[in-house]
Amino acid sequence: MTPQLALQLTLVVPLAGALLIALFGRWPNLREAATLATAAALFYLVLQVFGALGADSDPSALYVELFSLLPGLSIALHAEPLSMLFALVASGLWIVTSVYAIGYMRANHEKRQTQFYICFAVAIFGAMGVAFAANLLTLFLFYEILTLSTYPLVAHKGDANAKKGARIYLGILLATSIGLFMPAMLWTYLVAGTLDFRPGGILEGTIGGTAATVLLLLYLFGIGKAAVMPLHHWLPAAMVAPTPVSALLHAVAVVKAGVFTIAKVVIYIFGLDFLVDVPSEIIAVYIAGFTIVAASILALRQTNIKRMLAYSTVSQLSYIVMAVMVLTPFAEMGAIFHIVAHAVAKITLFFAAGAIYVASKKTEIDQLDGIGYRMPITMGAFAIAALSMIGVPPTGGFVSKWYMIAGAFQLDSYFVLAVLSLSTALNAAYFLPIIFRAFFRRESVAPAKNHGEAPVPMVAAICVTAALTLLVFFFNAPLVDFERAVVGGF
Amino acid sequence: MVMDNLIVLLVIVPLLTAPVCMLLPARITWLLTTLVSWVVFGLAVLMVMQVQEVGTLSYHLGGWEPPWGIEYRVDELSALVALIVAAIAAVVMLYARRSVNSEVDERNRTGFYAAYMLALAGLLGITVTGDVFNVFVFLEISSLSSYILISQHRDRRALLAAFQYLVMGTIGATFLLIGIGLLYAMTGTLNMSDLAVRLNGVEETRTVYTGFAFIVVGAGIKLAMFPLHWWLPNAYAYAPSVVGAFLAATATKVAVYVLLRFVFTVFGVEFSFRSDFFHYAVVILAATAIIVASVMAILQTNAKRLLAYSSVAQIGYMLLGIAMLSTLGLTATNLHLFNHALMKGALFLALGCVALRIGVTDIVGFKGLGKRMPLTMAAFVIGGLSLIGIPGTVGFISKWYLVLAAFELGWWPLIVVILLGSLLAVIYVWKIVEAAYFQESAYPGRCEAPLSMLIPTMVLTLANIWFGLDTRLPVTLANDAAVLLMGGNP
Repeated sequence: MTPQLALQLTLVVPLAGALLIALFGRWPNLREAATLATAAALFYLVLQVFGALGADSDPSALYVELFSLLPGLSIALHAEPLSMLFALVASGLWIVTSVYAIGYMRANHEKRQTQFYICFAVAIFGAMGVAFAANLLTLFLFYEILTLSTYPLVAHKGDANAKKGARIYLGILLATSIGLFMPAMLWTYLVAGTLDFRPGGILEGTIGGTAATVLLLLYLFGIGKAAVMPLHHWLPAAMVAPTPVSALLHAVAVVKAGVFTIAKVVIYIFGLDFLVDVPSEIIAVYIAGFTIVAASILALRQTNIKRMLAYSTVSQLSYIVMAVMVLTPFAEMGAIFHIVAHAVAKITLFFAAGAIYVASKKTEIDQLDGIGYRMPITMGAFAIAALSMIGVPPTGGFVSKWYMIAGAFQLDSYFVLAVLSLSTALNAAYFLPIIFRAFFRRESVAPAKNHGEAPVPMVAAICVTAALTLLVFFFNAPLVDFERAVVGGF
Repeated sequence: MVMDNLIVLLVIVPLLTAPVCMLLPARITWLLTTLVSWVVFGLAVLMVMQVQEVGTLSYHLGGWEPPWGIEYRVDELSALVALIVAAIAAVVMLYARRSVNSEVDERNRTGFYAAYMLALAGLLGITVTGDVFNVFVFLEISSLSSYILISQHRDRRALLAAFQYLVMGTIGATFLLIGIGLLYAMTGTLNMSDLAVRLNGVEETRTVYTGFAFIVVGAGIKLAMFPLHWWLPNAYAYAPSVVGAFLAATATKVAVYVLLRFVFTVFGVEFSFRSDFFHYAVVILAATAIIVASVMAILQTNAKRLLAYSSVAQIGYMLLGIAMLSTLGLTATNLHLFNHALMKGALFLALGCVALRIGVTDIVGFKGLGKRMPLTMAAFVIGGLSLIGIPGTVGFISKWYLVLAAFELGWWPLIVVILLGSLLAVIYVWKIVEAAYFQESAYPGRCEAPLSMLIPTMVLTLANIWFGLDTRLPVTLANDAAVLLMGGNP
């Protein structure tokens, strides 16, 4: 299989999978087999592209043009290290999530499961397109597909509450992308004459300092999936979705598509060297820093587990945004590392929240007293992932924070250092009490139904992602090497 | 034989079908007209292929040499518009049976289909003829038959709407006739190419200026140029759904074609835009149309009227492209002729499905339709995205060209106007999406439209995506036509 073919198939396979799922809708076992087979096939394809990327020094080998819209404007795919990373994370975790989702959806007797799995596959199609987009236009197209395909997932329950959440979700994401992202893209094209992602950026020398700052802010807020305040409301609102959706899409695919896009724009559209010279670029760092702290404080006040996790995600996403905007090599590496580290940890936390819900129907933090005794594996995994959120070794979160701090020192930015330390304290303040409740307190009232762990597929998925959280710490070298390639090998 | 007489067959076939319809029993007329409209579509495709192959086609009616006889002359622009008209007519005809049965009195149906054929013959006649008086004749044929078509809805308000249109349409056609008469008085010829040559000597006379003014205003009424648009919302809203879709997608396009023909081919760019006043007047009217009509669309409570106002705004985009007086601007206009026909066709057909099932097209009636008519509403959403101009749809392509053309001239304020128009479109499309997807219906249960209507709707919807990705056909035709118009020779 040529790498180009593999690249195109990463888009075809999820769509074909969606079709298969629709065809097998009447036979749940066959339908779930289709989901798993598609997920496995997709991961295999992404690995193929990955292999080709390592082996081939010729960058054009991994470029495919699908449609040529206008001269200089096309729908095209291209694999480079950063996109590889996002594609690997999204497709790899799709397998784990599929296993988990099967357990979750069946144990919960959810309705419209076929529609659920179809939309999931289409969302992955969107995520793959975002990952492998060769230019901003392609990225935008798949970004919108990702928004539209996840809307039915958010509204899955169909009650008034779900509709309200879905409305905020769709409204903010569409409005920001059409109102800010698209004009920014248009502006970029008008001044640069292209939208291709190129190493070193395309904007250098085409736009003045103030205009560049305005453009950067248009991107920062236009890419609403990155949930930078004050445009973060959609993420807590999206928590009305079934937990597998929150886990894969609103901890990994959708939100990471947001920060991934910001990283792409900063590295390949603006270019780090150009952006360093833009005088007011630091505003973006302040905005992200504010989001980190403010979202952590909001998380502290939540009583619902999933909503707390959502605010934690808002905060963690801004870690990535802030680190990207710091513009020093170490900070960039920290940002990219955190895309992976946060993905595996946050998906574990959501998995755990879903497992608790399935086993005990508990959704609030103050109901968790003593639950560690009933669900030791789930809560053990939760603890590991929570430590990663705080940044305690031996978890992935430590490595990314390490690089971010190093990056802040490269810039001598005390603001960034202060934000990092303050938010670490806040993270500890909202995660540690949960672990304490689960393991060091006794149940005050016995639950209505005596329960243990959640169904096997779910527990297995939790173990895998928790293990990944640890492995990212111990085996960070390949990942770090990979990131050097993105930042430009210094 | 067919190839030699292609152009005239395009007009003759539907023209002769109309009286035949009246002779046949009512049951067969739909079948016959559908068959004929598809034959005409086939002829139009052949004609486009021939034009692309050999360039401008000329046909001498009755063997009389021009400029004495009537000449039919088909270049890229005529071919493009004829293709739009024939394609929409054919697709709408498939859809017509169920919709007409529910909206038109039984005893009028035979006449309805006959009038439809006449309207088709008239619109196609305008596009292929190279004779200015012939333009007037065909304009009257199409107008008179469309007054009949509009009045056929069971709802009595259709009568008033048809009457309003009749008054305005007659004024427009009369103005056109007066203008043509003045030109004839000065030059003694009616052939377009001949007129273009002979006007050179007498350009500076008051008679020619007066003729120009009459023709532009006359065409302006027919194409619903702001502020001469007020007949249009009622005509589209109260006409039978089929007629609304057909006229919205074709009639205004053909009127724009008439304007282009006179302004660029007959009078020539230099004469037409010699006066800055006229030039700026068109720019300002176009920009006002985009903003004001979009705001009016937002204020509507009836979905058909909403789309009708949106049409007025979209015509503003076309006029803007014309006023730019550049190849790029005209390409944008020509493209938008094609693309807007696709989007409005799809949207009005979707509304027709709603009208069939719900009975009304008030936005209140859309509550819960997302669940009750999922496919129809999906088509509506895609059409709406195209109207907004999201990448991946045709709307994006023409807007992008328009912005490029504005940028080429340095008209930054107009870029803002274009973007603002898109944002306003987001709001009015959202109004319907909001009702359909986020509000509960009083009547649960699916009521999807019948396949005979759903398939044509889907065909046009998918065409919105297809030509948004594979842009070769429309862009080539639009660009060739623009080059031709700027060259000044028919």
